[in-house]
Amino acid sequence: MFENNPFDFPILSLVVFFPAAAALALLFLVKKTDLNRIRWFANVAAFIGFLLSLPLWFGFDATGPQFQFGERYEWIPSIGVEYNIAIDGISLLLILMTTLLGFIAILSSWSSVTERAKQYYVFLLFLQTGMLGVFVALDFFLFYVFWEVMLVPMYFLIGVWGGPRKLYAAIKFFLYTLVGSVLMLLGILALYFAHHAATGDYTFDVLRLMETSYASGLQFWVFLAFFVGFAIKVPMFPFHTWLPDAHVEAPTAGSVILAGVLLKMGTYGFVRFSLPLLPDASREAVWWVATLAIIGIIYGALVALVQKDWKSLVAYSSVSHLGFVMLGIFALNPLGLEGGVLQMINHGLSTGGLFLLVGIMYEQRHTREIAAYGGIAKVVPKYAALFLIIALASMGLPMLNGFIGEFLILQGIFQVDWVYAAFAVSGIVLGAAYLLWLYQRLMFGKLDREENRSLKDLTRRESATLVPIVVLCIFIGVYPKPFLDTLKVPVQAIVERLQPESGGMADAALEEGVLLPAGETLEPESGAAAISSDD
Amino acid sequence: MNSLLWLIPAIPGLGAAVNGLFGRHLGKRASAAIACGSVAASFLLALGFFFTRFLAEGGASARVEQSLFEWIPSMGVEWAYRLDSLSMVMTLVVTGIGLLIHIYSVGYMSHDGGFSRFFAYLNLFTFFMLNLVLGANMLLLFIGWEGVGLCSYLLIGFWFERPAAAQAGKKAFIVNRIGDAGFILAVFLTFVTFGTLDFYGVMGEIASADMQGGVLTAIGVLLFVGAAGKSAQIPLYVWLPDAMEGPTPVSALIHAATMVTAGVYMVARSGVLFSHAPAALALVATVGALTAIFAATIALFQTDIKKVLAYSTVSQLGYMFLGAGVGAFAAAIFHLMTHAFFKACLFLGSGSVIHAMEHAEHASGGHRHYTEMQDMRNMGGLLRHMPRTGWTFIVATIAIAGIPPLAGFFSKDEILWKTFEHGHFVLWGIAAAAAVMTAFYMSRQVIMTFLGDFRGGAAMEKHLHESAPSMTVPLVILAAGSVVAGFVGVPSALGGSYRLHTFLEPAIYAGGQAPPAMPHNYALEYALMALSVALAAAGIWFAWRRYRNAPTRDASLAGSGAYRLLLNKYYVDEIYDATAVNGTLRGGEGLYRLDQRVVDGAVNGSARVTMLSADLSDLSDRNVVDRAVNLVAEILGAASTRFRRLQSGLFQSYALLMLLAVVLLAGALVLWS
Repeated sequence: MFENNPFDFPILSLVVFFPAAAALALLFLVKKTDLNRIRWFANVAAFIGFLLSLPLWFGFDATGPQFQFGERYEWIPSIGVEYNIAIDGISLLLILMTTLLGFIAILSSWSSVTERAKQYYVFLLFLQTGMLGVFVALDFFLFYVFWEVMLVPMYFLIGVWGGPRKLYAAIKFFLYTLVGSVLMLLGILALYFAHHAATGDYTFDVLRLMETSYASGLQFWVFLAFFVGFAIKVPMFPFHTWLPDAHVEAPTAGSVILAGVLLKMGTYGFVRFSLPLLPDASREAVWWVATLAIIGIIYGALVALVQKDWKSLVAYSSVSHLGFVMLGIFALNPLGLEGGVLQMINHGLSTGGLFLLVGIMYEQRHTREIAAYGGIAKVVPKYAALFLIIALASMGLPMLNGFIGEFLILQGIFQVDWVYAAFAVSGIVLGAAYLLWLYQRLMFGKLDREENRSLKDLTRRESATLVPIVVLCIFIGVYPKPFLDTLKVPVQAIVERLQPESGGMADAALEEGVLLPAGETLEPESGAAAISSDD
Repeated sequence: MNSLLWLIPAIPGLGAAVNGLFGRHLGKRASAAIACGSVAASFLLALGFFFTRFLAEGGASARVEQSLFEWIPSMGVEWAYRLDSLSMVMTLVVTGIGLLIHIYSVGYMSHDGGFSRFFAYLNLFTFFMLNLVLGANMLLLFIGWEGVGLCSYLLIGFWFERPAAAQAGKKAFIVNRIGDAGFILAVFLTFVTFGTLDFYGVMGEIASADMQGGVLTAIGVLLFVGAAGKSAQIPLYVWLPDAMEGPTPVSALIHAATMVTAGVYMVARSGVLFSHAPAALALVATVGALTAIFAATIALFQTDIKKVLAYSTVSQLGYMFLGAGVGAFAAAIFHLMTHAFFKACLFLGSGSVIHAMEHAEHASGGHRHYTEMQDMRNMGGLLRHMPRTGWTFIVATIAIAGIPPLAGFFSKDEILWKTFEHGHFVLWGIAAAAAVMTAFYMSRQVIMTFLGDFRGGAAMEKHLHESAPSMTVPLVILAAGSVVAGFVGVPSALGGSYRLHTFLEPAIYAGGQAPPAMPHNYALEYALMALSVALAAAGIWFAWRRYRNAPTRDASLAGSGAYRLLLNKYYVDEIYDATAVNGTLRGGEGLYRLDQRVVDGAVNGSARVTMLSADLSDLSDRNVVDRAVNLVAEILGAASTRFRRLQSGLFQSYALLMLLAVVLLAGALVLWS
């Protein structure tokens, strides 16, 4: 039943399934011709969904056990499947970001989606449940179900409400992810059987699967299977080409969700499963994963630099940013992991914001060609100001969120090997280049196109979608402590798992990785206890 | 009083927020009052600290520290400010000169539509600059460092409808980011080496462990890469001349007096580290000297009034790094301070001239391009029309040329002397040659701008007049500063006691010890002093002879290759464009083609193959999955008993596929309902 749940109430299930329930209600209770009622219903539901997730933040004890708000029921006992959900600090932040971005995405669709609006909002709400489920599931089977379920509404969102090449993009997105998840399923099953061979238990419980240490050969193959599944989702170079297509064709809300939340499922998978379940394989993979991540950082940035389509520029910038996240995660030390997870949130906020901004202009001008704009800061000053702040957050300017994330990531990877960091910092220079050049071409110079003179500045609704993002960007940049504190326990638990079993094998990188200022040593007790109780 | 320290940066930050959020509704008067008032408040607070804590006996070692909150807990980094004698001097320069420039801007920008936006940026800049100088650790310094870079970007591109301004702002930011990449790597390496980023902590450790070279050299070189970006040294100086596209008060505040000196401050702040890394120090000195002469040669024949000053600034910053590089950190800060006075005065003076020119052009019905209004070939004789601007400009020119007893003489001469004294004779020769050029190009500028006859046309001349007091009063104060600021650092050879230096040393060598002073050699010092004054006088005299009667005679040099090389700034921008910029863009395009054809081509190709195989029956498809599972199972070395279970596992995956199909169907139904 409940585990470490201060509310004695299935709050997590409520948070996860409320959007789906709202979707069903919308489906059966509201007429599809009543556009206004549909929109109000969806917006209110999404906002309530966000409010429901807030008690998690306030009720969460960042110094308590790693997993909290747990709920556990038997589901398919014959094969050891449980309905087993709980969250730690990592999932907590991702859930809050999901509920917030989910609401913002729905709010942003108010005037841009009027065709088949009911189905659109039903899908968005279903999608919300799928994504939240991924972040709470601690049963591999359950995780897999959520992972797959979430694909469906996204497929339709792109395929029905997308741009001219929507079908191509939607099918590409769907198949690509499906290939990855099939491999992931193989990995899950391999662990399932290996765990049984070692203990005689059949279980999909991730925490129990962690109690077995798997042979390094098995770890390697399972790591590879997981890697493909997760890396496609991230997306890491060279599995990224579905992303620009999906982003460019998706409606604004789809892009926001895609960039903000869906991509994080890949990186979340690495943090939640690959690292703690397969510690030996993860350590051995550092060099090539870090190399791919760095290629992604530079490659994504260079390609973003030459894009003529505004949205595809932002899409490629995601490839670059997610490269940073992966680099931090595979530093395998506290700073890198903290930075990597924080950067997931940061990227969700800033890139989500950038997609909202593209959408606002697209709605007015119906073009995403950068050259079609120019000098518009004069006509839309509020828009220009918020755009600038979000762009600066995205390029990691100090006092904005991106800086904290990138800094921790780079400090973490520097502790592993300075060469990685030296290459990766070039991404910071290029990030400034493509974003500022974009900004210059859109906003500055002469206002020489007649169509742009009549552009309207942000409406109140549009401001309402952007202002929370800007406020959070500044807050995290100035005072990241509450967020980093939340991550401390789970990150240390993961790092503990990654320590080589035998002392003689101690990895130099990891030794350096745990280097902390005097007075702060790594205390395994709190976090690790929940995750590996049989040591 | 200690607990008020945070207010010094916070008040301008608040001013920026108010002007940024509500400026357009406030009206110009209120905007200006908020902006100037906030900087004035910070200046008064800084003075308060100075008089109560630092002017007393032993005040040089005074320290005011305040930690606001834990910032990055996992690294033990706090948001903490520290005021010591070094940051005290910097704070006074930033707020004091900053205040004058704020006041000047009220007049200068009075007709601009973006008035409150301008002051929001200016206040934001002050906020970041104060974080830079007051930050107790490297990371907080870096916050300020990148923050002032942002404000520089915003202010250079302030008139963003001018494509050149937008372009220059972006260029400044990106070139600075290249330097910042070096800086941040230095931060990483410092943290890995010392486990802290606190300046005093790091410097204390270096001194107590008496570390030498090695990792310190690496940190020092990386820090200097950062400094070369921010302080416009070779090879990253190219952004600063372009930055003149910004409004002139910006050039004075950011691109002359304060921000560009941040690199010098940072090197002095890390004095102990650099003292223990002689190789890094030698690099600093060499690059500084080369930049000093390189930029001076470019300044010789520029025709834009601000471009001359821009290259002059690059050159003077080179002097500061030369001073720091030979270990005379205090001398570098001394020159930083005097330079802040006379260069701010020169820039604001040029702004006053441009303002008058543009006003006269407008009043006489002309519509020439703004660059024409900054071209000294269209000026001349302005001293008659704007005496206050003219005379203050001349005073500042004498100061920068190094004529005693004005401020520039003491500070520049000390750098030259220390260079010589430490045995860097080649660098001394380079710096001395640059000093002649400085006197030459500055005198040329005075002659072309203020003496002789006006060359902009009689219609325009009628409308020329002196600027408003809000602009000329700051000029007068800065000119007075250019005269007297040098007296805080009179050398012992001239009966002084290097007061500024004794004041700064406890901060520069915090945690360590200042190197022992060299034995006095007054005879040599007097001889070199006389020589440098003679060189300065010679420079002025050359310019006088060459331009007094023919201010625009450089036109006759147009056929000379060397002249064109200098006029075109050695074509460095063109070279960078052709190599780095173009290379990056071409690389991006190449990768994009690769992305579409090869990477995505593979995906589409495999999709085609998959579609072919999809033509096969469902059964064979399942066999493929089945075999893959079996293969994995074999690799595991699964025992035969496990195979029974495998069947049921496979059953689950079938079940999942079915579930998926059901959900897909449900989705389709929703869609077509």
